[in-house]
Amino acid sequence: MKPFTYQRAGDMSSAVATVAERPEASFLAGGTNLVDLMKMEVLTPELLVDVRHLVSHQIQDLPGGGLRIGAGVSNSELAADRRVRRGYPMLSQAILAGASYQLRNLATVGGNFLQRTRCMYFRDVTMPCNKREPGTGCSARDGQQRDLAILGASKLCVATHPSDMAVAMAALDAVVHTVGPAGERTVPVNRLYRSPSDGPERDTVLDRGELITAVEIPAAPIAARSRYRKVRDRASYAFALVSVAAAIEVGDGAVSGVRIALGGVAHRPWRATTAERELFGMPATEESFRAAAEAELAAAWPLPGNAFKVPLARNTVVGMLRALTEEAR
Amino acid sequence: MDQEITLRVDGKEHTLTVDTRTTLLDALRERLGITSAKKGCDHGQCGACTVLLDGRRANSCLVLAVANAGAEVVTAAGLADGDELHPMQRSFISHDAFQCGYCTPGQIVSAVAMLREAEAGWPSVVSEDLDADEVVLDHGEIAERMSGNLCRCAAYANIVPAIAEVARS
Ligand SMILES: Cc1cc2nc3c(=O)[nH]c(=O)nc-3n(C[C@H](O)[C@H](O)[C@H](O)COP(=O)(O)OP(=O)(O)OC[C@H]3O[C@@H](n4cnc5c(N)ncnc54)[C@H](O)[C@@H]3O)c2cc1C
Ligand code: FES
Ligand code: FES
Repeated sequence: MKPFTYQRAGDMSSAVATVAERPEASFLAGGTNLVDLMKMEVLTPELLVDVRHLVSHQIQDLPGGGLRIGAGVSNSELAADRRVRRGYPMLSQAILAGASYQLRNLATVGGNFLQRTRCMYFRDVTMPCNKREPGTGCSARDGQQRDLAILGASKLCVATHPSDMAVAMAALDAVVHTVGPAGERTVPVNRLYRSPSDGPERDTVLDRGELITAVEIPAAPIAARSRYRKVRDRASYAFALVSVAAAIEVGDGAVSGVRIALGGVAHRPWRATTAERELFGMPATEESFRAAAEAELAAAWPLPGNAFKVPLARNTVVGMLRALTEEAR
Repeated sequence: MDQEITLRVDGKEHTLTVDTRTTLLDALRERLGITSAKKGCDHGQCGACTVLLDGRRANSCLVLAVANAGAEVVTAAGLADGDELHPMQRSFISHDAFQCGYCTPGQIVSAVAMLREAEAGWPSVVSEDLDADEVVLDHGEIAERMSGNLCRCAAYANIVPAIAEVARS
């Protein structure tokens, strides 16, 4: 690890100003991603500004329904919260499907959104990688392709975003609240992550020094019967090959509401808006589910080593929608 | 870049000066000579370094010592009450729940914390009723809740029953 200075942030505005002004500075929360990457010298900040004690650790009810979750809430506490378990089970399940209890106790909500890709070439400093070192090339495209993206990728980068939590947050239309050098703003999770074709070295639209303070999930009655399913190479403690967060409402046999987001397939949690549009008003049958999943995946651009993800994603979507509708009968 | 910190480990207070790069695991092992927590992967992937950090199980290899100044740390060695072993330690011995023993301190700390989490009603991803008040620790639940602790010797066949016995009592 490269030497660095450690500071415990005293207040929000000085934490933001410090990191905004110093390109070699970085926020630190649970450290489960940052410290790991610093050990491998994938990241080499010279100053860590610890914000774990600074950002809120509270989960509050919003006036019109919904929840406001402080960025410092641990992944464990969020998954175990009764309001989340009852009102947004897909979110509890998504978090519980990721990492381990030990890691989730340390990991924060803010850090989870901003964890870096697990692409093995990004994590190996001896290999070219446009995300780590812009302009050096992408080793993954001609390398081990099993974990790579099938949607939204670019010639520059085919890495996936590893978060499970963010997939459920995308399906729930969650909104990230930040404070940055230019003041406070809100960013919907579905607009948080940048396309790799715009330069893969920056994962998100957040500015340098912009601190996530909270995330809000709006009221969503549909989410009360929702689910998350993760397909991976081991039964537990492994990142997703493909994952799906889904909720569906059926009235008189037709789909009256549906939420679908995919993980493990793109540089961001992939909200399946095409599939949602296709399904709305259609009979809640396996044929409709399949057609909608196929419409979403028509845009897939797989590599030989990850082409299996296309049918895997389709079948996981269909299987989940079927299970959710059968359960409701 | 050195910084002075205080840690309370297994009930005893220590003040030490550490380089900011020192992980909690290295502070325990290399600086304080407390070798109960083990270093397996050093990347959060194996659980050998698991300790209770302010009461919750955590991978001590991924946390910086300076970020945890003032913390209360419990290692497997600190679970015993003097010469009286913790029930989880006794159960691991009576079930022969290890071979080389390298993962064992992490497994034991993790299992003790896991029982507390289950008691608090925390669900797991295999819980059929996510909102249940009471967690039934069957084989599947124990395996999932312990999946952050790997055992190279694959002593799982005895680890799970060792934990299940303490869970029942
Ligand atoms: C072995 C292993 C397995 C894992 N498996 C999974 C898995 O299956 N699924 C999954 O989803 N995740 C998994 N994870 C990743 C884990 O979820 C993340 O490491 C964790 O969520 C990051 O949170 P943190 O608080 O520790 O972030 P940190 O490591 O502290 O920070 C991560 C990044 O976020 C920035 N940051 C942190 N907080 C803020 C804030 N409030 N505002 C602005 N920037 C901020 C930091 O500067 C840093 O760049 C795994 C990790 C490990 C080590
Ligand atoms: S040594 Fe910490 S998890 Fe392996
Ligand atoms: S007993 Fe040898 S690693 Fe578990």
